Order: sequence, then C-alpha cells, then structure tokens
Amino acid sequence: MEAILALIIVAAGVAGVVYVLARRMAPLFRAAKGPAIDRIGERLYGVYWFPHHRMPRPGYEVAGYTHITTLVSLIVLSIHVLMVIYSGFVGFEIPGLESAVGVGYAVISDIALTVLFIACVFAAVRRGVLKPPRYEVPEKYGKDKSRPWAVFLVSFLAAVALLDMIYLGSDAVAAKAAEEGYRFILPLTGTWFAAIIMSGLSASAAGTVNVVSYFILLIGIFVFVNLLPFDRLFHTITGPVTVFCKKLERGSVKPVQWGVDDESVADLESFGVKKFEDFNWKHILDFYSCADCGRCSDNCPANASGRPLSPRFISLKGRDYAFSHYPLKGPFVKNEPLVGDIFSEDEIWSCTTCGACEEECPVTIEYIDKIVDLRRGMIDDGNVPQSLQKPLNALGKRGNPWGKMEKKRPEWIKELPEGVTIKDLSSGDTAETLYFVDSMSSYDDRMMDLARATATVLSAAGADAGILGKNEKDSANDVRRFGEEMLFMELRDHNSEMIAGSGAGNIVTSDPHALNALKKDYKDMPPVEHISEFALRKLKEGTLSFASLDEEEKGKIYTYHDPCYLGRHNQVYDPPREVMDAIPGMNRVEMSRCRDRSFCCGGGGLMLFYEPEEEERMGVHRVRMAKEAGANVIVTACPFCLTNIEDAIKVAGLEGEMEALDLCELVARHIGS
Amino acid sequence: MEILVCVKRVPDTAENEIELNAEGNDIERDDLVYSVNEWDNYAVEEAIQMVDKHGGSVTVVTVGDEESEEVLRREMAMGAEKGILLSDDAFEGSDGKGVAAILKAAVEKGSYDLIMTGAQADEGYAQVGGMLAAMLDYPYASLVNSIEVGDGKLKVGREVEGGNIEMNEIELPCVLSIQTGINEPRYVGIRGIRKVASVEIPAMGASDLGIDAGSVGEDAAKVRRIDYFVPEMGEGAEMLEGSTDEIIDKLIELLKSKGGIK
Ligand SMILES: Cc1cc2nc3c(=O)[nH]c(=O)nc-3n(C[C@H](O)[C@H](O)[C@H](O)COP(=O)(O)OP(=O)(O)OC[C@H]3O[C@@H](n4cnc5c(N)ncnc54)[C@H](O)[C@@H]3O)c2cc1C
Ligand code: SF4
Ligand code: SF4
Repeated sequence: MEAILALIIVAAGVAGVVYVLARRMAPLFRAAKGPAIDRIGERLYGVYWFPHHRMPRPGYEVAGYTHITTLVSLIVLSIHVLMVIYSGFVGFEIPGLESAVGVGYAVISDIALTVLFIACVFAAVRRGVLKPPRYEVPEKYGKDKSRPWAVFLVSFLAAVALLDMIYLGSDAVAAKAAEEGYRFILPLTGTWFAAIIMSGLSASAAGTVNVVSYFILLIGIFVFVNLLPFDRLFHTITGPVTVFCKKLERGSVKPVQWGVDDESVADLESFGVKKFEDFNWKHILDFYSCADCGRCSDNCPANASGRPLSPRFISLKGRDYAFSHYPLKGPFVKNEPLVGDIFSEDEIWSCTTCGACEEECPVTIEYIDKIVDLRRGMIDDGNVPQSLQKPLNALGKRGNPWGKMEKKRPEWIKELPEGVTIKDLSSGDTAETLYFVDSMSSYDDRMMDLARATATVLSAAGADAGILGKNEKDSANDVRRFGEEMLFMELRDHNSEMIAGSGAGNIVTSDPHALNALKKDYKDMPPVEHISEFALRKLKEGTLSFASLDEEEKGKIYTYHDPCYLGRHNQVYDPPREVMDAIPGMNRVEMSRCRDRSFCCGGGGLMLFYEPEEEERMGVHRVRMAKEAGANVIVTACPFCLTNIEDAIKVAGLEGEMEALDLCELVARHIGS
Repeated sequence: MEILVCVKRVPDTAENEIELNAEGNDIERDDLVYSVNEWDNYAVEEAIQMVDKHGGSVTVVTVGDEESEEVLRREMAMGAEKGILLSDDAFEGSDGKGVAAILKAAVEKGSYDLIMTGAQADEGYAQVGGMLAAMLDYPYASLVNSIEVGDGKLKVGREVEGGNIEMNEIELPCVLSIQTGINEPRYVGIRGIRKVASVEIPAMGASDLGIDAGSVGEDAAKVRRIDYFVPEMGEGAEMLEGSTDEIIDKLIELLKSKGGIK
C-alpha cells in the first residue's frame, strides 16, 4: 500500500519535472545554431574550477562560502536522497546500512544535512533580513519579485532538510524503542537532535512519525525539484551545462552565425539578434542559468557610472521573456522585436565590452557576445545613433573614424626624437618587425606622442621596425564589437593583405585593441606582441636597460591601470608591471581594483564617439581609485585609456595633482643604463 | 504617395584639410572621398518613413556622372525603391538653374505627388529646390523640419529665425526642401549596399529627357564661379592663459567688454 503511494508520488514528481524541463527547453530548439562543443577535458575541468574559484572572490566571501557549502552538501546528499526515496518501497529501511561503508556514508550524510540546513537558514536570513545592496532591484526594472521567492525557496529547502532529519531520527527512535540495534549517529548532527527530541515516543508512535514524515519529505523533495525551473534556482540544473559549454577563447567574438563561414556570411537573410530566437541556444541557456547574484552588475563600469545598463538585467529580462513567451501550458507566444521593447537601444550601446561582468560571473554567463549580436541586429536594421554613423562611414571610406586622409596616417614619424628610426613600408621597404600603430596613435595629436615613444623603444632595443604607413587601416577591433561585421571584414582583409605583403616576421603594437584584433579576429598572422611584452623580453635579453628615475620622479607614486583589452581579454598583467619595476627608483602601488578586477576607463574605439547617458564618467571613477591608492601618476598601456584618463583628471579637477602617462612614454624617457 | 527625392554626390569635406587647385577656382579633388549630401539623407529618410506609413514609393534622382550612381545605391539601400541617373556630357558644369531644369524634365517624365530636395548642398547655395518648384509651377516650402500627411495636402513645419516653428499647409503636388534634424536617418552598411548592388538603375540623357543640350551645361550657365580663396587670417587671435577658472573669468570679461554679453 505504502509502496503504491510512494510510486504515485515519485511518478507524479518525475513526470512534473520532465514536463517542465521539456517546455523550458523548447526555445533552445527554436534558437539559432550554437557553438560546437569541443575540448571536453578542459570543459569538464572548468565545471569543477569556475564555480569554486569565482564564488568566493574578494568581497563575496560570505555568499561564496555559504554557496559552496550548500553545493557540496547537495552533491554529498544526492545519493542519500535516492536512498531515502527508495526506502519507501522497502519498508522504510535505508539501504546499505549493513556495511561499514553504508554507515560511514550515512554519518557523512547526517553532517551534510546539518550543514545544508544551517546554510539555508543563514541564506534566508541574509536575503530576507540583512538584504545586501547587491540584490536590490532598481525601480526601473520593476518590482522585486525575486527576493521573496528566493527567501521562500531556501526556507523550503531548509524545511525539507528538517523533515529528512525527522525521518531519519524517528527511524532510530523506533528501533531503539523496539530494542533493536541501530547504526551509529554522530552527536550534534540534526539527526541526533531529532532522535533526542523524539526519544520519549513509543516504538509505534515513532513508526507512525517515520511513515508520515517519509511521505511529506517525498512530496517536499519533488515539489522542490519542480520549483527549480521557475526562478534563479534553475541554475542548479542548467548551471553546470552552461559552464561546460562556456566560450573558451577570451577576447574573441562569436561569428555572426555559428557554422557559417566568412565567404557565405554576406548571404545570410538577417544579421544579429533581432528577435529572441535569433539568440543561439547557449545564450538562452545562459538566461536560465543566471543565479541572480548581482556580481556582474556590481562590477560593471557602465552600471557604476549610471549608464542605462546593468548586465544582470540583460539575463533576467531574457529569462522572463523565455518564461512568458514559452509558457508551461498553451501555445507559445509570437515573438516580438527585442530592441526597443525588452532591451533599450542605449542599454545595448552603453557596454564598453570591458569583460568585467564575464570575469566575475560564477556561472560564466556571456555578455559581450550577446551585446555584439544585438548590435549586429541594430546595424542591420540601420538603427544606429548619429554619433556612431559618422565614424562608421568614415571608417568605411578612409579607414579611420575621423575621415582623415590616408596619407596623413604616418605624419607622426616626421617628428621622431634624435636617433630614432622607423621605416615606412608603404614605400616598398621591408622590416623584420611591424609596428601596427592603429588609428588612435596615428591621428590623435596627443597620442602621436605614444606612437613616437613606441618607436623610440623599438629603436633602442635594436629592432628593425617599420609601419604600414598609409596602407594601414583601422584594426577594426571595435568596429566588430559595435556590430558592423561586414565593415570589420573589409578592414581586416585589407590589413591582412598589407601585413602579409610587408613580409614582417613579427608584429608589435602599443594599442591593446589592435593587439586583440590581430590575435583574436585576424587569421594567419605572424606572432603578435604588446609593446610591454616586447620591452620585457628585451630587458631580459639585455638589449634594453633603464636609467633611474630622476629626483622629482622618485618623489612620485605610480600606479598601473590595466587596459581591458590587454589584461582581461589577453591576460597580459605582469609584463607592464615588471617593466615599470625595472626602472630604478620606481615606487609603484596597486589600486584595489587591479588586474582582472580592473575598472574600464570609459571604453575605446567607437566608444569614444558614442554619447552615453551617464551620471559620471567611468574615467573619473578610475582616477579617484588611483587617488585612494595614494598614487599621483597613473601609468597605462593603451591610447584610449590615456585619453580617457587624461580627460577624467581634468573633469575631476585633479589637474596638477594627478597625471597620466603611457608605459611607452615612461620607458622611452628612461632608456639608458 | 509617389515621392521623388533629389540627391547630390558631394565631396566629404568634414575632416579634410581643403586645398585649392592650381587654377584657384576650385578645391583639389584628387584626395577626396565622396558621399551623399547630408541634407539629402534626411529627405530620403523622411520620404521612406512617409511611404512606410501611408504607402506609395520613393524614387531617388541625381544629376551627375556614372560615379554618382553610388549615391543612388546608397539611398536605395536605405529603402528607396527606384533610382534614376541623369547623366549627359551636356549637363556638365550646369549652374543651379541648369540642374533645376534637368530635374524638372525628370519630374515630368514620371508622376510624383511630392518632390523633396535637401535644404542646401555642400556649396550652400540652397537654390535648386526653389528653382525647381518655380519651373514646375508647384508650391514650395523651404527648410522643412516636420511633415504631416493630410488629404491632398501636407502640414509642414519650418524652423524660422530664433528657433520658432511655423506651420504651413501646402497642397500636393509640391516641392519641399528638407532641413537636417527632421528625423534620424538610418545607417547604411556595406551589407545594405551589396543587397542593391545588382538593381538596374536607368540612366537618362538630354535626349531622353527632351532637353535642349544648349540650354544646360557650362555654356548656358549664367552664374560662373570666378574665384575661390581662403580669407586672410585676421589679426587679434588671443590665447587666454591660466587655469580653467581664470580662463573662464577672462573670457567673460572680454565678452562683456565687447558687448557680447550684458
Ligand atoms: C566642379 C563644380 C563646378 C561648378 N561650376 C559651376 C559653373 O561654372 N557655374 C555655375 O553656375 N555653377 C557651378 N557649380 C555650382 C553647381 O552647379 C551648383 O552648386 C549646384 O548645381 C547647386 O548648388 P548646390 O550644390 O549648393 O545645391 P543646392 O541648391 O544648395 O542644393 C539643394 C538641393 O538640390 C538638390 N540638388 C542639387 N544638385 C543636385 C544634383 N546634381 N542632382 C540632384 N539633386 C541636386 C539636392 O536635393 C540638394 O540637397 C559648380 C559646382 C561644382 C562642384
Ligand atoms: S562588458 Fe563591461 S560594460 Fe559591458 S556589461 Fe560587462 S561589465 Fe558592463
Ligand atoms: S549573470 Fe552571473 S554574475 Fe550576473 S547575476 Fe547572473 S549569475 Fe550573477
């Protein structure tokens, strides 16, 4: 009789989960093609590594360790849960207790159950009473439906754990009352407490409690599992899959459509994401997997500076869309355009593609690719702000966003310092090393200093270096990231041809955006290095050495700002620091946000032209961070960072007090021995 | 509604240092890149939006050489359905009146309810729209910055001196010259242009249009540019120095003393 009841509950529970999951998966099957999943070993390791290392990152230790504890307890308990369910079919006898291994596992389960209970109560109190600001839902994103639900679910889980303790405890009490032997119960575990509290019960009363608690527990377990796909806790099911399918190539951008190569991309009906089903399945899975922990937005510079973008809500709005348009019952709702309705245009243009969100997310949710895909859709529809149309048109016509003449690109080499030489390869000369200058350092008056400093470093290290001169065009790193794929392809093809034609054996650049494009977006390039890597190599080889800082400089405190496209996207964190530290007399401090937590300066490439709604510039935040660290010289390694930070120093009214400098300029000033 | 928009191919001069040619009567054009006259983009965008709402079609027309075809394609990539290239050796060197006469002939070859031009082109004459209207004997509104479609007529807004807006009712068919800012013209990428790359664009010469070759072109032009120069730099450029606050104070003082602000 009991076995039949248990069977009914289990069957209903399993059917429920299967049905809900099947409905939830429907949009994934209607979605665009996703990435091919290769490198299985690396992926499996990632599933283990990412959640562990990301959850307790600095600032999130409490939440992180609570979460890891819960996760580990649930993994430990997974077999136990199956045993408990099974026990209902065999006279409420937990299997395996005859063996030492079985008893050992039962004891470990008791501990895990206790820990799980405490962690859930703590989490409920934290979300419900302590309310960390990270979980706040700003008014513009509607009512916070999520918090009460979260508190309910963790409380529910705590209740399930409690029921399990009662079930296990009552079994022990019944056995004891019947004067039968029972397995060892570790004192101070939940099961132990439950047994103590119920110790006064007779064998039959304890038996009744045992049976009744079993059925409530069984229902509880299945209700809980059935509730998972309704909210952030869905990540317990989809999260590991998302981490497994994560993009492995940092700094790269997904192709317009997976499985469609460059030759046939132009023939596609439509570009980018315009309606929900234009997202690929991995991205829809991402929406489901977001744990709503708020860390992405907590680290997003666009969010911090008051731009209308909070990455967390890109996911939450995506998930809500999937839930409402693919309801559990009834027909699927016809799709609507996303931009202008679910996502605002400004929201999508506000992202600097800095990667801070992706670096932080414990579930490795991707944002940059989604934003680029949405931008591709807007570009395809011609829906582009006027502030971006001009530079895009100019890039198409003249290969630089200002529409300046091609022949002016190498103007900066006309005023090189004494003894510095660099060849202009457009005249047919050849060189071993190609310096890819890119538009910013070629055309911007101030940034030409940076180009000259780079040439100085190359020259001092004895490199046989040249530039493409008028034959170089914009690297198009940001053209691609702003969604103009066809223009990117045209510029890439032009540069690739010129680079191949130059015969250079290696490429050096001082622009991390160019570095990223050449490494991640171009194909068949000779080895590409950032100038900081080059300088470090030459220092180690002994072909470059530094003279000491002068007395005035020795009094200054330097800090290094990691450019997003050098640090996060290309993992070059140490070379610039090592180069700085090699200058005798250098006094360098770190900002609290450094390395993979670096805070974007405001964005480079086309972001320079976009006019965002914002309360305060990102650069101003960054300059303040440097000031807090006690620095008065901000050294960076990117022409866009330098522009943004120099502007921000003025805006923050810190002229005279703070200064900004490119690493190349610092190095060029101290070449010597 | 059938709409004809006149578009012109102009040099992209925004960020380029302009140099005079050897004769001194024009700018050096070898290093220039060309695009469609900025105002004309607004006119085409407005026409497309009107057609989207009220039906009909948009045709773009230009007077120029074969290279002008690229601006027609660009506007067709925006959404104009047809393009017409008015090209003939006899048209070369036409003045504004000549261009208007050629366009008039093109208008008469079709049946359009509305003709739109840009308010002005690169050279800022702002003459073609008005002359075209006069030649067609159509009503004309210049510097239009809003259009509402009514029955057989339009309600058009014009920005007048001091930022005031004037509303007019104008009967169709008519000619409007469009001011920038009337809308936000859409972006046209390479992909869009490729999509219309193979669309046939008919070219019409003087005989197709029934124009007497002698009435247009350089020889018939009654306005002739005789010189082109960069004015001498005046004296009195003064660099204000000091901190930002000091500079601001000095500037305010200067403006006050010269009567710029009270
Ligand atoms: C190299 C050169 C030589 C010239 N030589 C002479 C000369 O010898 N004598 C002389 O009188 N003028 C000459 N011009 C001036 C030229 O004819 C006028 O500039 C032009 O026809 C009208 O002036 P605009 O471009 O300012 O047009 P606007 O009247 O300011 O333009 C307003 C609108 O008219 C329409 N429009 C203008 N031109 C065209 C076109 N070609 N096709 C379709 N629509 C158009 C567009 O909608 C435009 O927005 C010369 C111009 C150039 C570039
Ligand atoms: S990439 Fe940077 S700016 Fe864009 S959403 Fe992520 S954190 Fe924000
Ligand atoms: S996307 Fe990642 S970091 Fe952001 S709220 Fe979701 S789980 Fe947290």
